[in-house]
Parts: sequence; structure tokens; C-alpha cells
Amino acid sequence: MPRGHHDVGGLPGAGPIDQSEHELSDWEILADAINQALGAKGVKRTDEMRRAREEMDSAAYRDMTYYERWIASIEAILIEKKILNKQEIDRKLAEFDSKWGEP
Amino acid sequence: MNGATGKFKAGDRVKVKFEDRPGHLRTPWYIRGKTGWIERVYGDFLNPESLAFGRDGLPKKTLYLVAFHHHDVFGKSPGAGDKVLVDIYDHWLEPTA
Repeated sequence: MPRGHHDVGGLPGAGPIDQSEHELSDWEILADAINQALGAKGVKRTDEMRRAREEMDSAAYRDMTYYERWIASIEAILIEKKILNKQEIDRKLAEFDSKWGEP
Repeated sequence: MNGATGKFKAGDRVKVKFEDRPGHLRTPWYIRGKTGWIERVYGDFLNPESLAFGRDGLPKKTLYLVAFHHHDVFGKSPGAGDKVLVDIYDHWLEPTA
């Protein structure tokens, strides 16, 4: 087992940590709300979300922002628990895209 | 302390196991194989390495605050007496002299 892509503590060459704050986008706040709601309903636990992030494709993990990883983890766990399936999610995304997506 | 069932008490010298296995491992890579001491016993908690797979987290595991000399972890130290403090579960630790 190689060192996990999430487990970067102590690696040389990482440089200083960017501690600047940024304004949250609406979708990031929504990501947090969905996460909280699923937790409150007992659908998933924080540890499952962490495991989902660890199991992602490493290149995808590195390319994603913080809340993108949250959303991808939620999707993976909901599919794993058979609450949603990939086709349903993709269909809904296509629907949103045709309604509000960039032309 | 705290009704904790783990093997160690505050002040005990411990070595972190160098384990590497599939799954959700709650001990960061950089601290595996290092030697330190128990700074504090937090108590018993559901095992996150089990919860991560939708299981019940039982049996509970004792969680400790474990201290290490900074130079023992990173080879050099920004300041004398600096410590690295890590939360580590009982099953990751073994006694050492």
C-alpha cells in the first residue's frame, strides 16, 4: 500500500499553508447543508466521508477543491448505500445543465 | 482514567506501529514507527476505522494524546523542547522502554 493521497503531513516541499479566507459560494454552503442533513438523518458518518475521499482517484482528488471533494464523497456514499444511483444523478445533472447551464 | 480500557496510562513510553493495510487508517504516515509517550488518556470511543465502512465501531478503542520530541519525528527541530502531539488509538501503540 502506498501512502494515501490524503496523508501528506510532513512531506517535504509542500510550502507554506495558504490560510487566507474566501467568501463561500452558494453551492459550497449547500454542500455543507446536504452533508449536515445526511449526518443528522443518520444516513452517513464523518468517517465514511473521509474513507470515500481516501478511495477517490488520486489525480481527481488533487484536482478538486475542498467542497468538490465533499460533494464527490457524498455521491460515492449515497451510491454505495444504494440510496441514489449514478444514472439518476447524471440524469438530474443533465436536466439542470439544460435549464441553467452555460449555452 | 475516564474508565478507559486501553493498555496505557499517562507517562507510559509507547511506539507507534508501522502498519500499512487497506482501509481507513486513523494514524498519519509521518508518525508511524516513532517513539513517544502518553500525554493524556481521552477515554474510549467507537472505532473510526470500523465506522468508516458503515459498521458499528465496536469494540470501542481507547484514544490517547501522544507526545513526541519534534526532532524524533522530523530529524530537526525549530525550537528546543518542541513537541509533536497526535491523537492515536490504542491498537496503534505498543509498549517500549
